[in-house]
Amino acid sequence: MKRMRDHLPSRRIIAVLAAALLATGTAACGNSDTGDGGGKDDGKITLGFSQVGAESGWRTANTTSIKESAAAAGVDLKFDDAQQKQENQIKAIRNFIQQKVDVIAFSPVVESGWDTVLKEAKDAKIPVILTDRSVDSADKSLYKTFLGSDFVKEGRLAGEWLVEQKKGATGPVNIVELQGTTGSAPANDRKKGFAEAIAANPNLKIIASQSGDFTRAGGKQVMEQFLKANPKIDVLFAHNDDMGLGALEAITAAGKVPGKDITIITVDAVKDGMQALADGRFNFIAECSPLLGPQLMDLAKKVHNGEEVPARIETQETTFTQEQAKAALPERKY
Amino acid sequence: MNSDRSGARALTGHRLFWPVVVLVVLLAANTIYRPGFLSVQLRDGHLYGSVVDIVRLSAPLILVALGMTLVIATGGIDLSVGSICAISGAIACLYISRQPDQNSLGGVLTALALALGVALVLGAWNGVLVAVIGIQPIIATLILMVAGRGLAQLVTEGQILTINSEPYKAIGVGHLLTLPLAIVIALAVALLIAAVTRRTALGLIVESVGGNARASRLAGIRSARITFLVYVISAACAAVAGFMMTANVSSADGNAAGLWVELDAILAVVIGGTSLAGGRFSLGGTILGALLIQTLTTTVYAMNISPQTSLLFKAVVVIAVCLVQAPGFRARFVRRRAPAVAAVTAGEQPKEQVPA
Amino acid sequence: MTGSQPVLTMTGISRSFPGVRALDTVDLRLFAGEVHALMGENGAGKSTLIKVLTGVYGVDSGTVTLDGAQVSFTGPMQATSAGVSTVYQEVNLCTNLSVAENIFIGREPRRLGAVRWGEMRRRARALLARLDLDIDVNAQLGSFSLAVQQLVAIARAIDIEARVLVLDEPTSSLDAGEVAQLFRVMRQLRDEGIAILFVTHFLDQVYAVADRITVLRNGRLVGEYATRELPQLSLVEKMIGKELRVLERLDGQPRAEVAATAGVPLLDARELGRRSAVAPFSLTIHEGEVVGLAGLLGSGRTEVARLLFGADRADHGELRVRGTPTALRSPVTAIDRGVGFCSENRRAEGIVPELSVRENMILALQAARGWLRPIPRRRQDELVERYVQALSIRPADPDVPVANLSGGNQQKVLLARWLITEPRLLILDEPTRGIDIGAKTEIQRLVAQLSDGGMAVLFISAELEEVLRLSHKIAVLRDREMVAQLTNDSSVDADRIMRVIAAGATFEGVPS
Repeated sequence: MKRMRDHLPSRRIIAVLAAALLATGTAACGNSDTGDGGGKDDGKITLGFSQVGAESGWRTANTTSIKESAAAAGVDLKFDDAQQKQENQIKAIRNFIQQKVDVIAFSPVVESGWDTVLKEAKDAKIPVILTDRSVDSADKSLYKTFLGSDFVKEGRLAGEWLVEQKKGATGPVNIVELQGTTGSAPANDRKKGFAEAIAANPNLKIIASQSGDFTRAGGKQVMEQFLKANPKIDVLFAHNDDMGLGALEAITAAGKVPGKDITIITVDAVKDGMQALADGRFNFIAECSPLLGPQLMDLAKKVHNGEEVPARIETQETTFTQEQAKAALPERKY
Repeated sequence: MNSDRSGARALTGHRLFWPVVVLVVLLAANTIYRPGFLSVQLRDGHLYGSVVDIVRLSAPLILVALGMTLVIATGGIDLSVGSICAISGAIACLYISRQPDQNSLGGVLTALALALGVALVLGAWNGVLVAVIGIQPIIATLILMVAGRGLAQLVTEGQILTINSEPYKAIGVGHLLTLPLAIVIALAVALLIAAVTRRTALGLIVESVGGNARASRLAGIRSARITFLVYVISAACAAVAGFMMTANVSSADGNAAGLWVELDAILAVVIGGTSLAGGRFSLGGTILGALLIQTLTTTVYAMNISPQTSLLFKAVVVIAVCLVQAPGFRARFVRRRAPAVAAVTAGEQPKEQVPA
Repeated sequence: MTGSQPVLTMTGISRSFPGVRALDTVDLRLFAGEVHALMGENGAGKSTLIKVLTGVYGVDSGTVTLDGAQVSFTGPMQATSAGVSTVYQEVNLCTNLSVAENIFIGREPRRLGAVRWGEMRRRARALLARLDLDIDVNAQLGSFSLAVQQLVAIARAIDIEARVLVLDEPTSSLDAGEVAQLFRVMRQLRDEGIAILFVTHFLDQVYAVADRITVLRNGRLVGEYATRELPQLSLVEKMIGKELRVLERLDGQPRAEVAATAGVPLLDARELGRRSAVAPFSLTIHEGEVVGLAGLLGSGRTEVARLLFGADRADHGELRVRGTPTALRSPVTAIDRGVGFCSENRRAEGIVPELSVRENMILALQAARGWLRPIPRRRQDELVERYVQALSIRPADPDVPVANLSGGNQQKVLLARWLITEPRLLILDEPTRGIDIGAKTEIQRLVAQLSDGGMAVLFISAELEEVLRLSHKIAVLRDREMVAQLTNDSSVDADRIMRVIAAGATFEGVPS
């Protein structure tokens, strides 16, 4: 009885404190990029930006692009790292509102649950720009525009390339899929776009699909089991390069040759991925460019001046085959 | 007859009986789903199969959980192990990436020693906060749990640091005498900890401090030293686990490496029969707990349970294990089935004195 | 009274635990309107029988009938609602809640789900009035003495329309006045027709309040007797199962200035004190000397012991060990100088319940050696075997968890823990409290033997007889102050010590 009294509350304490400390820790780091001062009348506009985290090389390139272009465009940037937690991000946005920044931009950690805090921003008359990932709010007036990649399109481009490659195939083509973090927009949309595209050829069949959490370790661990459970895998579609890179190791360990025995298609085109593509271990990458900083600064100035902007703006993106990768690799920034 | 029944009762009453049953059920379910699940082949001179994967993938968790077992046995908890995994992995990879020859064994060993040294300092930091300054373990280690993640990302500069070093890679995916090296390392560390705790009096003293801290002080135990020591051991275990995690994918990911492993480790310890309140601990139980958790994850992939339902599936299994282990739940269940047999054993006497 | 039907009958109760047959076909009858004492040594099965009665344990065989109907309680709550209430030895209440909340916790008077606080306080006051207790029911329970807490526990028990009230060692923490108050309440409840089962170790108390006695020994029923037909000595014999004259033998020798009190004292406290614990005192202890500490509960006896052991730090005065000034920062220092300390609080400060008898016994020696130098298993076996034998610890299995042992045997394990370290001074704080007469005598004899062998002992006990029997010198405490030190010669008796305790320093003069 005493035991129970001793340890039961402590579990609750973990949860509460973890949440609280993570939040404060983040807030503390957040302001380090710029001086203080929000909405000062020095002609510069102040942009509050809440980043998802630093979960991948892609994300880091995205962060760098935003920071560099803010400096170049003379925008006062308040940067916050949410460490993949929605509650941190909500807290950061509330801080921005309190500091009366001119424009708020953020990459939502998850799709849902934003209505309240976006309403607060709207009430404070601060325009909001979504970058990279969207939210599922029914009220589209809660944000000015969504700047980012079209994940459905990325999935579709990957699928269309595969359909083209396998148009001569007579027998069934077995595909396994490494999904991103369950419930995230890129995972949902890339899955959707890919599935739509390969529906054109009934021979193409997804035989297994699991989440690898966008990480190399996750991609490797899942691929190992796919390989054991399915003797014949023809194609791997990974929702990002990192999972594909992890899967490479599992494929090699299983005694198969990546890029030859198994066709590998990924999304993102980060440097390690491009290298693998150039080396012939990947077969195709649909780019998802993180370099949206210049576009974002441009948009921030426009919405601050009250100009009308389209509700959806796509980042400039392309696709890469092995040959294109070889050519592009030397100039790749991230 | 009578002795048969009491023998059966002793078996089902063993604290690891139910976790073993759940493990066997999971393996059986996998085998039914795919008859080849349990088969192990020799491929390229290595053992190859899903069961080998389970043990290999659980190696980092086993390491972290072993250290956690000692901490929990003293009545403490170490939330910082995940961050220490990330930091040690990041430091090792960073050092190797700066070497002119990443395959040089000397360079890799230096990297390991350097990273392990940093981890020991971090463990000592935890130990000082808890044992000397007297901060509650949960708060003291929370500091490093939060700050350590940032530290790891600082080391990798927010990038995923990819290295190309065969000796380092071997820690995660190499083989020794057909066995994955990770398994061998985990086993060696387990044996080392077993020897350190059971061949010396460390185990007894840890259990004594966790079982009754006031009585231990009056018996002359310098509990501060012991408490300090277990946090250092825990950090060392986490560091080795961090090497494995990063070596497995030949890259250091400050953000993802060891993320939430502290929670899995605590769960493994609890499934293994060590009370969160401290006291008696079981290293074997912890290993079993870690294997059970990894089997659960692998089952999700192997049986292709949809990602949307896999978390629920895991939660249900974990709740089931914890429930059947809880004496109160079992007592109620058994009593209902056979009212003549009281399920309360003598060992549980102290907990049974509830107010009238 | 015995002519009518018993309100509660237990017939042929048997119950085993792994390795122990705790109860073997035991019978018990309780009649309405009687106080029935349940007697037996530690480990005789008293606690198990009570736990069977209240549904904490099931039975292997046997029946329990309440008012002629067979019952089988699955837990204390069910037993309580059927009219069988229990107050345990260590009060199981929440000291951070108010008195009224403690009485009604779990069954608060409610209206539409909301607790009716006014009604609850009114009923609590009425209940306590029935027990002659006039206290603020809103005050925190922890602010009252143990005795009051005990009475609150009884109030809680009898409020539930109790037919049978089980009191498990209710007096072990109470002083004489508080015991008298408890007995008044017990008699009153008896006269109201409640059957009271009274478990105690104090023989005098049995004869003061009990109508009948049931004696258990080694898990078996010895017999049921009317109190006035069973002389005290026969009762002791029935409990122990053999004729025992040790009490008288020890009684025969007043232990005056036997020990060599000349030379440098082993321990020399000079104006040692600690604010809000105990006023500065001076005390010397020589080798082979037994110094008794007498005084009421809370008079500062334990505080003196803790200062001498380094469990608390002194903030006044100086301590010399064999003439060398020594600052005791922690027990480690004291142990290093050859001091051992058995706390009065066996459960919280003594045993480590989960660990085995063996592990508990070697703990202090192992701590002194440090964790890097484990005691070899063979040496452990030797030591444990020797002390299990010497102190007749039961069960004699060194690998059972110490929590499974009875209180007296746990106490012996703690004694063994310190004897194994071969201390020069052993501080025993209430070593015989709550343990049976047999074990008590054994421990007393052991103290005498140890002192004969040259060990110094600081012996703390609420029982003056015991202190008188064993000590060479007696220090008397009163209100956290050492008021007198008496050499235990023929002029000293319980009466005189009582007068010192009552009158304080003015009576005997302050020691230098």
